[in-house]
Amino acid sequence: MIRLQHVTKVYKVGVERIHALSGLDLAIERGEYVAVMGASGSGKSTLMNIMGCLDRPTSGTYGLDGQLTNAMTGGELARVRNERIGFVFQSFELMPRMSALKNAELPLIYSRHGWRERHRRARQALERVGLADRMTHRPNQLSGGQKQRVAIARALINNPSILLADEPTGNLDTKTSAEILALFDAIHRDGQTIVMVTHEADVACHAKRILRMSDGKIFSDLPVEKDEVYHIGARLADGCEDLEASLASTCKGERPTEAD
Amino acid sequence: MALLLLPFNLVRLFFQSISLAFGQIWTNKARSVLTTTGIVIGVASVVGVVAGLTGLEKLVLDEIETFGANRIDAWPARPETGPDKRVPWAKIRFKPEQVEGMLEYCPSLEVVGRSTGTSATVAKGSHKIEEVDVVGIDPAWHKIEKRAVTLGRPFSLIDIQEGKQVCLVPPDVRDRLFLDRDCVGDSILVGDRTYTIVGVVEPPLDFKVINVGRRDSAQVLVPFTTIYQRDKWLGVEALAKSPEAAAEAKAEITFFLRQRRGIQPGQPDNFQVETVQRVLEQFKGMSLAVTAVASGIVAISLVVGGVGIMNIMLVSVSERTREIGLRKALGARPSAIMFQFLIEAVMLCLVGGAAGLAMGQLITMGMANIPNFPLGKAQIPAWAVVLSFSFSSAVGLFFGLFPAVKAARLDPIEALRHE
Repeated sequence: MIRLQHVTKVYKVGVERIHALSGLDLAIERGEYVAVMGASGSGKSTLMNIMGCLDRPTSGTYGLDGQLTNAMTGGELARVRNERIGFVFQSFELMPRMSALKNAELPLIYSRHGWRERHRRARQALERVGLADRMTHRPNQLSGGQKQRVAIARALINNPSILLADEPTGNLDTKTSAEILALFDAIHRDGQTIVMVTHEADVACHAKRILRMSDGKIFSDLPVEKDEVYHIGARLADGCEDLEASLASTCKGERPTEAD
Repeated sequence: MALLLLPFNLVRLFFQSISLAFGQIWTNKARSVLTTTGIVIGVASVVGVVAGLTGLEKLVLDEIETFGANRIDAWPARPETGPDKRVPWAKIRFKPEQVEGMLEYCPSLEVVGRSTGTSATVAKGSHKIEEVDVVGIDPAWHKIEKRAVTLGRPFSLIDIQEGKQVCLVPPDVRDRLFLDRDCVGDSILVGDRTYTIVGVVEPPLDFKVINVGRRDSAQVLVPFTTIYQRDKWLGVEALAKSPEAAAEAKAEITFFLRQRRGIQPGQPDNFQVETVQRVLEQFKGMSLAVTAVASGIVAISLVVGGVGIMNIMLVSVSERTREIGLRKALGARPSAIMFQFLIEAVMLCLVGGAAGLAMGQLITMGMANIPNFPLGKAQIPAWAVVLSFSFSSAVGLFFGLFPAVKAARLDPIEALRHE
């Protein structure tokens, strides 16, 4: 489903050449829930950009759903992003002057759907993320968690092959983070492939597979039970939501306030 | 299927871009107003000028219609070149024998009349009018000038042949001399001679543009022969058989007069023959010159306006870099982004164009309502509306292209990182 082979990405900064990715191989199958961890500069953002077809590898191949993306034109890549990739960003990236509904249907504007169909699907997507009663609200009338739900609805609206989430809980408080992660879990249970970048262990432990990156390479690729986040987080079965408090305290070394 | 749907998608993208653009313009109301000022002024001025010229042209055409599009005038004139350049006026004046028989020799003419004139004081008892134009006319004058006798009778052939002391007065002269409404048979003093009024003639037509030897002074008409003196002014007025025949008639008159006046081939005319059509052509030439000058000014203001649009679009692109990045990440092709910004620029210009048109309409209405101003018929012609909208769109397209291309070329990753 996702096949990266010997992928390198080299940036030229002045005369210097920076190897953001150096010979990376990765395969992700349908229905997986993968967390990508690593310090900043480890190449995880570059990896996400390449997987999201926002960027092209300098060398190596990237196959998505059995199709090589290397030879694709800009327009074809745009279509791939539109139809097969859903993005969730740390800072939500909603259109401030559009209602939740309009925001959710934004990707459909760039694909072949009439407005009735757009409306119907946006409604459905918002219901799925639990925002049935907030459809006409604008982002400034929504809480952070609700904003991220709108963004997730937007990412899911075209039934993408992969959902790429870049630090989706980075701008949220602990409680809202837990809600959003529970939503990701639910989406994953419905069969959605998810790749999530994070550097928080308690977030990563929701995934089923953990990739650790450093210097443009994957140095650890383990099922969550074998990764160290699992040991820190102690026993983690299906839902982190039950263990939210204890997990948060273990992973972050701090206790959530009572009011949260 | 996809190919079949392509036009629909384009149309949809178009309408979406339009609604997006309007949203953007509405959100940045103050900025949009300031930005489009250049376009507004440019369009308003071009529309104003065109409306004014249209009104003027309509007025001229109407007046020519009234004046008679088949009207021809001939009068002596010094040639611009040759030995007669500084000849005394008396030497080149028309002489009655030179114009005799013109109607027979010029088949395109319907009617010909001579005229002469002097200035005199007209009086009745203690009532006086100074500097009255005393015009000596032939009977054809009424038809040529379109001024019929409303009371009494026109000059008879005997009046003309014998040079009788009779006259026709227009109503204003009658009233200023405090004569009866029916003043036929009354005697008035013209200069130092007594004339009998035989009729009342219609007042001169009120023309604002055409002014062939017309003055505002009062007028008394007398038979040509009564006041004509040798070597004084003699003019020829004529009507061609139709407006189309006017040019032909002019050529005939010129040929006739050259022969009668003994002008050798190669020598310039020492007279002028003018058709009303010429006035129209002169007017059109002038109108074209004004339009050219106005177009230049308008072009400059549209360029200035366009640069304003470009500037604001560049600001808009850099302000909305994140939005562009997001749209690209969600699958917008560069062409869709370009389209969006291009449409926005065009919409901005069209809004400016519409505002300019509205302002132009106000200017036009203002012009049309100035009393005694010859632009009462000013109005914006349909082609000017179409032209101002197409010019506005063209300005939007041209000056919006660079910012739109810039937006389309943004790297989505960079754009999403933009603060």
